[in-house]
Formats: sequence, C-alpha cells, structure tokens
Amino acid sequence: MHLALVGTPNSGKTSLFNALTGSRQKVANYPGVTVERKEGAFVTPMGRQVSLIDLPGTYSLRGRSPDEEITRDVVLGRTAGEALPDLVLCVADSTNLRLTIRLLLELKSTGRPLMLVLNMFDIATRRGVTVDVPHLAEALGVPVVTSIAVRKGGTANLLRLTDDVLAQSPGKPRENLWRPLSVSELRTTQREADRIIASTVSLPARPDTWTARVDSVVLHPVGGLAILLLILFVMFQAVFAWAQPLMRLLSAGFDALGQFVHDAVPAGLVQSFLQNGVISGVGSVVVFLPQIIVIFLFILLLEDFGYMARAAFLMDRIMGGAGLHGRAFIPLLSSFACAIPGIMATRVIDNRRDRLTTILIAPLMTCSARIPVYTLIISAFIPPKLIWGWINLQGLVMFGLYAAGIASALGMSFLIKFLMWRDYQPAPFMLELPDYKMPRLRSVAIGVYTRALMFLQRAGTTIFAMMVLIWFLASFPQPPAGATDPAIDYSLAAMIGKAIEPLLLPVGFNWQIAVALIPGMAAREVAVAALGTVYAIEGGKEAAAQIGEALASKWTLATALSLLAWYIFAPQCASTLAVIRRETGSWKWMAVTFIYMLTLAYLASLATYNIAVAAGLG
Amino acid sequence: MSESNDRPQLPLGLARRGFTGVIQHLAAGQAGSALSDTELESRLIELGFVEGAKVEVLHEGIVGRDPIAVRVENVTIAVRRREAMAIIVA
Repeated sequence: MHLALVGTPNSGKTSLFNALTGSRQKVANYPGVTVERKEGAFVTPMGRQVSLIDLPGTYSLRGRSPDEEITRDVVLGRTAGEALPDLVLCVADSTNLRLTIRLLLELKSTGRPLMLVLNMFDIATRRGVTVDVPHLAEALGVPVVTSIAVRKGGTANLLRLTDDVLAQSPGKPRENLWRPLSVSELRTTQREADRIIASTVSLPARPDTWTARVDSVVLHPVGGLAILLLILFVMFQAVFAWAQPLMRLLSAGFDALGQFVHDAVPAGLVQSFLQNGVISGVGSVVVFLPQIIVIFLFILLLEDFGYMARAAFLMDRIMGGAGLHGRAFIPLLSSFACAIPGIMATRVIDNRRDRLTTILIAPLMTCSARIPVYTLIISAFIPPKLIWGWINLQGLVMFGLYAAGIASALGMSFLIKFLMWRDYQPAPFMLELPDYKMPRLRSVAIGVYTRALMFLQRAGTTIFAMMVLIWFLASFPQPPAGATDPAIDYSLAAMIGKAIEPLLLPVGFNWQIAVALIPGMAAREVAVAALGTVYAIEGGKEAAAQIGEALASKWTLATALSLLAWYIFAPQCASTLAVIRRETGSWKWMAVTFIYMLTLAYLASLATYNIAVAAGLG
Repeated sequence: MSESNDRPQLPLGLARRGFTGVIQHLAAGQAGSALSDTELESRLIELGFVEGAKVEVLHEGIVGRDPIAVRVENVTIAVRRREAMAIIVA
C-alpha cells in the first residue's frame, strides 16, 4: 500500500512522518531536481505493509515551484517511477485549519481516496479550540481523524482509521477532475473552507499569547537583531567549542589507524594506498562529521521551534539587497564552519533558483579548513606589529581575508542574478510565521541522524573516489631507486605542477606551490602538509612552524600575499564539489562552481601579485 | 465587518504596526510586484487574504519597516510591503 502525506508548510507533517516511520527512512533527491524525497515504511495494526512518502509542503496544487510540482504530480500519478498513492493523508495543524481545508477541497477533485489528519490536536485543545469531528467529516465528505504526532500512542486513531479506509473495497475508481484553479475558483474554495470551519470549529477569542509575547521581543527591530546575533554567536561557539574536541579525537583516531596500518603492512604501494589514500582520505572528510551534527542540531531545533521563519523575516531586506532570500542566511553562516553542511542546509530554501544562488556562493565563505593555511602564511610573512597602538596587523590581515570572502560572495550573488536569471522573477517574500512549539527531541534526533547518514554515504562514495584519485596523482610514478628528492617530486602531481607552472608564474607561484595545490584538492588544510612534503620537511601538520620558516626564506612577500588571495576563492575542496554535485543533481553546477571560483582565484592572485611587486614587495 | 466599513480604504502596504482592519478587496495591479497580477492574487488567496478576513499588522522589519508580519484571522503571514499594496483594507 502506498500512502502520501500532503499538507501546508508548518502543518507538523514532518513530525507525523517521523512518528509513523521512526528511523526507517530513506532520504534522496527526486531524479533531476533539487527536491528532497523522503520515504518511510510502517505496519498498520491489521498488519498491512505501508510505504509512506512525505511530499513537499504546499498551499495548493498549482505547482509554482519544483517542490510543489512534485507534490502535485505524485498525487496525480504523473511522476514516472512513483506509485499512485492508494490514500492521501492531508495533514492540518489543528490550531490553524483555514488554509489546509482549502487545500483539502482542492485535493478532493483529484479523485484520490483522502483522509484529513487533525495534527497537534493537544495544542488546539489546550488553547480552547474545539472541533466537531463527525460534523466536519460529513461537511467535507472525507474521513477525519485527530492525531498528536509528538506523543506516544498519539497516532493510534490514525493507524486504526487507515486500516478501515484501506479495508474498504475501492469501488469504482473516481476520475481525476483536477485542473488549475482560476483566481475566482480559489476564492470560492477559500470561502467554502471558511464556511465549513465556521459551522464545525469554535476558535478561542484570544490568539496564542505565548507566541505573541515571544514575538514582541524576537521580532523587535533592535532587540530582535541582538537576539539573532546572540543565537549565531552561541551556534558558532558550539561549532568550535563542542565539535573541535571530537574532531581532534577523530583526527587522532584516523592518524593512529594510519600508523597502525603503516606498522602492520610492509612498506610499499599497498601501505601508502591504505595509509595515505584510504585512511587519511576518508579521515579528512569524516573529521567534519561533528561540525555537521552540531550545525544541524541547531538548525533543526530552531526550525522546529519556529524561529527560522523569524530569522528570515529579520534578515529579508538585508539579504535582499544582494539578491538573496532571507532563508539563505543560516546556510551561508554555516558555511563559515564548513561549506558542506552549509550547502546541505540550503534545503530550507524552497525556491530552486534562490537555492542554487546560495549553493554557488556558499564556498566563498571562509570555512574553517582555510584557517590552517591562512595562519601558516600570515605568521610566516606578516609581522605581528601594532597599528595605531592597538590593531594587530596579523589579525587585520585575517579579518581582511574573511571580509573579502563575504564581499565577493555578495558580489557574486548579484552577478549570478544579473547574468543567469535576468528574466527570472524573484520569489516574493511571503512566509507563514508559525506559532512557537517546543521542539521534540525525537523528531530532531531523527533529522540529525538522517543528515549525518547522508553525509557519511557521500563520504563513502564520491568523496572517497576523489581522495583515491588524488592519492594516485601524488604517488605515481614512484621515485627511482636511490632518489634523494621527496617522492612527490617524481609523481604525476609534480608533472602536472611543473606543466602548469608557466600558467601560475604570472601570479607568483613556483612549481612547489603548484604541486601542493593538487593534494590540497582533498581538503584545503592538506595543502599545508603538502607544502611540507615538497620542501622535504618531516612531521606533517604538526611541523607548521618549521614549514613557515622554510617558506619565509624561499618565497617573496608578494608570492605569499598572492597565495592568500588565491585561497579566498580557490575551489580546492573535492568534498564541497561532490556535495554541490549531489545537492544540485547535476555535474553542470559543480563545473560552474569550479570554473568561476578558479577564475576569481586567478584574477585575485594576479592582481595581488602584480600590485605587491609594483609596491616593491617582490 | 460592519464597523470598519465607514473607515477610509487603504492598501495594507501603507499600514503601520498596530493597524487592525478588514480586507475589502484585492487589487493585484496596484502592487508593482515582480509577479503577474494573477499569480500574486492567487498566492495571496492561498495564504488566506480573502475579502472579509480580519487583519492586524503585528510587526515591522528593521530596514524601512519592511517586511511586515500580518495576522490574518488566526495565521501570521510575513509579506513585503510591495506585495501588501495589493490588499485593500479598511
């Protein structure tokens, strides 16, 4: 049996989905579109195997975005590879039935068997909303059931009624009479919905005072912004303070595992492949798992609580100035930790083009993997002197690098809109601000778990393949017997490095830098260790101080500044590119990101190097 | 609805925080929105902005008092002033 969940955004559809299917969920994308497809399974009390699909939230079947088209097409059985649902569960927030009842009236014309689920019925009862359920079912002509998704046993009635409905002989299938509604038909269905509600539902005189009180603080023009900044501050602290020890632990674990393999396996290709290719390759990606979990914990908690819509409200005009959607704020912010969770978090943006713009500029935010590269070069080349007695020059350069990242991201967003989507009408900001609800830990935990799993699956497939490729380039061919130079000098990576050196000469890079850029594709901070390798310094990441000294004696300041400028833009992160490919469902956008970032990096370095040389720093 | 019928009509896009009223009609052509008139009107209706609905402006944004958070019957909707110009209230 195939069931589908349909409902307006904020109807509690996802928590109902989680309550019904638990952790037995499969999350993927619909083929060719950036829309998340969530499917789960459960067994009814009568023993029916049911597969449940959670369709994107929508207010109507008009299909004004790719998400809403999916909902419409699945309900109408137009999607290839999707079963026509045997029963459509229309989920409503019981405290707020108006918009869902209108949607239900529209769904009736599709001819699919329907059931209305009055979700969050406990909150409605507490607030003094009373619903005459039998009368409502009669007026609508569909079965109606109450449910409390977040409470144990809260879906018992729903499961029982599902059995009853599925047990009925289907009779002769009803025809699909749905067609897009005209404005006046929309108006008529809303009036009809209001009439049915007026005769079957009694609403309390006063609205939810708790939400009103919280909003009077949270949406205050000054206080609201202060609270938003405070939340972000706590979130960042959490990402660095909570995730960092775990990341170090994971990193040490992978190092130890690598060392174990190093000791257990005789020296040679197999050893190098296992230690440097497999273990350190996978390790350099899995290390980001704690950050991803912490960021998604925050995002899902805030989303469940109802705050994300408020953050979008506060940031809308500020983000809008750069052509971004208010909802792009949190994904871009997450990208300061790592672009991977940031890009995954763009799923909160409904509109496809707004989402793509955000994905394309997310890697320009200075992620934490750039920090080791920045600190290495800054501490080696920038003297720690004070300007005007209190500004540290090193800190100022670091700040400048962050600021350049942000400024270029905003500029790119502007440019992307101008170049690619001039004809495109931006989705006007129209968003329901749902009443606040206590987040349910079970539901949040399932959400974080599925995200973490998704990330690990990616780390295990696409990203792993790239890591192996990079290892291969850095290891083959092998150095001849009796070679004295570092092994990487004889590899394909070195050949490529030397081959592209003429291209990089104008920006002040020598072939050693070019070589280091190749293993640096695995993850930006790997470039530090790679520079160490090419300059034949033992000790990897821990030897940053020695590497710094070596660089200071071999590079000019102009080269160092040029490399810093390069790293603001350089698309040197295989994992980010892989995630962009998965999230957008196309190689095209991955290629677009790679090329535009590479172009920016080259131009920025070219300008930096030539200005620095002209200023006598070469 | 009767007591507000005597009040002058104005677009919701000009209403300030604390304003309460009733929707008289929709005039999508007056909004200057990026959406077509039909699309804008459809979206507004889907979010519950229909004739006779009670509205209250609850909050205003930081920059230029935009967007606004509007209570429509028992739902709160955030909308930019530009689009709210299509909602004629009294």
